[in-house]
This record gives sequence, C-alpha cells and structure tokens, in this order.
Amino acid sequence: MNNSFKEKAMQLVFLLAACASIIAVILICVFMFGNGIPAMSKIGIVNFLTGTLWEPFADVYGILPMIVGSIYVTVGAIIIGVPVGIFCAAYMARFCGPLQYKVLKPAIDLLAGIPSIVYGFFGLVVIVPIMKDIFGTSGKGILTASIMLGIMILPTIITVSESAIRAVPESYYEGSLALGATHERSVFATLIPAAKSGITAAVILGVGRAIGETLAVSMIIGNQAIMPDSILSGARTMTTNIVLEMGYATGIHRQALIATGVVLFAFILIINLLFTLIKERSARNE
Amino acid sequence: MNKLSAYKGRPGSLALRIMVDLSAALTVLVLVALVGYILYKGIPNLHLDLFQWTYTTDNVSMMPAIINTLTITFCSLLVAVPFGVFSAVYLVEYAGRGNKLVKVIRLTTETLSGIPSIIYGLFGFLFFVVALGWSYSILAGIMTLAIMILPLIMRTTEEALKAVPDTYREGSFGLGAGKLRTVFKVVLPSAVPGILAGVILGVGRIVGETAALIYTAGTVTGVASSLLSSGRTLSVHMYALLSEGLYMDQAYATAVVLLIMVIIINAISSLVAKKVAGKAA
Repeated sequence: MNNSFKEKAMQLVFLLAACASIIAVILICVFMFGNGIPAMSKIGIVNFLTGTLWEPFADVYGILPMIVGSIYVTVGAIIIGVPVGIFCAAYMARFCGPLQYKVLKPAIDLLAGIPSIVYGFFGLVVIVPIMKDIFGTSGKGILTASIMLGIMILPTIITVSESAIRAVPESYYEGSLALGATHERSVFATLIPAAKSGITAAVILGVGRAIGETLAVSMIIGNQAIMPDSILSGARTMTTNIVLEMGYATGIHRQALIATGVVLFAFILIINLLFTLIKERSARNE
Repeated sequence: MNKLSAYKGRPGSLALRIMVDLSAALTVLVLVALVGYILYKGIPNLHLDLFQWTYTTDNVSMMPAIINTLTITFCSLLVAVPFGVFSAVYLVEYAGRGNKLVKVIRLTTETLSGIPSIIYGLFGFLFFVVALGWSYSILAGIMTLAIMILPLIMRTTEEALKAVPDTYREGSFGLGAGKLRTVFKVVLPSAVPGILAGVILGVGRIVGETAALIYTAGTVTGVASSLLSSGRTLSVHMYALLSEGLYMDQAYATAVVLLIMVIIINAISSLVAKKVAGKAA
C-alpha cells in the first residue's frame, strides 16, 4: 500500500513539473497581453502600429519605424549569414577532413556561446570604426547591425543545416556521382535540395534569433527612432526600443513599451508557428 | 586544391568549391578576430584592482558581479533542473503515446525556447518585480532565467532518457523493482552525462544573459546581500560599463573574463559530450 501510494504521489509530482512550461507560457501571455493591449487600445491600434513618430514627451507613440528597423536588420542578417552558413555547413558535412572538422566544430560551438554583449562590444570597437572609415557616416546603422547579426546567427544556421545535410541518405549522393556529376554538383544539386526543409528550419531559427537580439544591436545601430532612409542610416529595432527606455518610462510610456514587446512577441509566435509547421512537414516526409 | 586539374572544364564546380572553402575559412576567421582582438586589448587591462571585494568608482571591481553571477547561476539551476528533469521523466517514462497533454507540453516548450530574452526580461519585470512586489532583486532574475533555461534542460534530459536502452528498464522490472525505483535507480543515473550536458548549456546561457536581467535583477554594483536585493551579473556589469561610456579599459577586461568563462564552459561541455558519445558507442 505504502509503495503504491509513493508511486502515485511521485507520478503526480512528475506531471505537475511537466505542466510548469504550460503555466509559464500562460503567465507570459497573460502579463504581456494584459499590459500591452490596454495601452494599444488607448493609443489606437492603427496609430500605434502605423504611426511613424515616437515622441514619448509629446505622448505620441508610433512604432512603425521600429518594426521596419527590426525587419531591415533581420533581412540583412539573413542575406549575410545564410549563404555563408549553408556553405560552411556543406563544408563540414561533405568537404572537410577529420582534422578540419576538429577545428571547426569547437570554433562554431564557441561562436554560439559568446555572450551577445561581447558581440555588441566587438561591433562597437571594431566594426563601427571600419564602417565609419568606409562610408564616412557615424558607422552605426542598419548595415553594421546586419553584419553583426549575420555573424551571430551563423552557429545556429551551420549546426542545424549540417545535421539536415547529414540526414540525407547516402544513396542520393552516390546516385548523382554515378550520373557523372562532380562532388560539388552532387552536394549542391542533390543533397542540399533534399535537405531543404531542415535548412529552412535553420533559417527560421536564425530569423528568430536576429529579430530578438537586443543588446548587441542597441550598441551599433544608432538607436534613432526615425524611419530609416538607407541601409547606412541609424535606426531602432523593437527590442532596443524596449531596453533603452524601460529604465525611466512611467505611465502610458511604459505601457507603450510593453505593447512594443507584445508586437515583437506576436512576430516571434508567428515565426515559431512556421518553424513547427516546417518541422512537422519534414517529419511526415521521412 | 592540388587537384585543380579535376575542375578543368567545370567552372561551376570550381566556383562552388571556392565558396565553400571561403565560407568555412571566414567563419573561423571571424572567431579568431573576435577572440584575438578582445584578448589582445583586454589582457593588458586586467589589474588586481578589478578583483577587489567591493566595488568603488575608483577600482570598478568586477568581483561583486562575478559573485552575483555565481549566485544567480546556481540558484537558477536549483529551480530549473528539478522541473526540467521531472518533466522530461514524465514525458519519456510516464506519458502514454498520443497523450494530448504531451502535445501541449511540447508546443509550450518550443514556444518558450523561441522567446527572446528581452521578452523574458519584460515578463520578469511585470510579474516578479511589479505584480509579486519583489522589486529589482536577484530572486526576480533567478526566476526569470529559470523559466528561460527550462526548455533547454527539458529537451536535453528527454534525449538522454530516450537514449537509455529499454533492456535496463526491463532488467530492473524483472528484478521486481517498481516504476519509481526503476526511474531513480536505473534510468536517471545512466542518463546523468546527458543531463549534465544540458545543465552546462544552461550555465552558458545564464552567464551570457543580459537583456533578461537588466530589468529584473537590476544593475546595483555590490554583492547582493539577500535574494531580495538587487545585483548585477558580469554581463550586465559589462553592459553598464559600456552604457556609462567612461570605463572602456575595464570593459575590455570584463570581456576577457567573460570570454574565458565561456571557453571553460565550452571545454567542459565538449568533454561531457565525448563521454556521452563514448557511452553510447
């Protein structure tokens, strides 16, 4: 009797622990939406989402510049990071010898482990001066942030793509070779297309990381809350908007920042949903 | 590259080969440049002053921040590991196939792992700091980070548990042990290296975290005297130094210490990973 009671009790404990993540997600949703939605309706959802002016001192809150800023840097990061990442993943999966792999693998793990604040610092003291010299601007701006984020998403892209390429059956590669294709052609014309859902998942994870990155971006993007007019101009993302002003914001200003977080959260939820759908599709294909 | 003749008449293949090699070289080069530059500029700035027990505006010591980092890391693990491991045990050992709850748990875990740290920071601020009235405190930071690393611990533990061969469980049942005894005496012990790998990844995330901590644990410079007082971790310390803009030399030194921590964490993690792989083989 005692034993079976213990069994039942512990099973309940395990079950409750397993519900922790559900409770966490519910709490996060309740507190984010509960605080953000009232602010949005007070400002007016349309005004909030499409307003191009962010002037907390005049109680004008439009976050379109930040949405555009976030999209610009994310697209920039993808343009820079994805090709390099996929080529590098192909190198690791199909081109390099064991010796090179032994160097590359820990290098990429280390890239993944470096704190974002250190990336931001490196961007500030190295990339910003270089951009300043080349373009004669302040050096801070969308392009600088895109380069930095492109580097930061590399480990994610490489690791996920590499395992996707490795998961393709060997026979695809051999078949292509047998048809007279070169090694390169076999990898890029058969293996990579066959691994496309895994690689797409890698890119989506990269998008999630780039759009959510905060401090590294805040140091090198310039942080002007204006509509960016070129890739060299300063901008502000949704994430940096929150972190820059949360410290001193009160009242409706603070709520507007939380609402910015809600918009970002909505973006992330959509990205997550896409990721899940693609993963499910690739699981069904197997 | 010595087989250049093999690419004769195949310019496309040669171009691809060059792109592939260049990309791999570029990736390593970026890492070397980053680590090299920070070590080169930072090591000369490492003075004993930076490691004094108390922070003053003269010595800008990072010691209190290091101590806070250790406290916050330890306590976050203390919260997240039991929850993470127990949920993984439920998912792998108890939940039946096609269980609806399992689907929900997976969905929420994946959602959690996709949420960026600034959202965790905002949530931690709204919930722990404001709604629960903890004000800026390392406890608020600990709880926020614990939620943040929960999916990581869950996923790695789940994989570790799945890797335990069913014969172990059958053997244990065959000897008359109950389910609970089997889980604690047979399954979990053999999954320890895998769980440890997840814990180390979690440590790495906590040490590098900034955005989730600024508005939960706050940015007070001293050692947090209790769980309800504010204190900054090393990453937050570095952020504060940079945003004050007066302490570039100290920021370089802090970056060196952070990098060294990350390198050590990575080394331990690859050691553990090797052990896991060795066991599986």
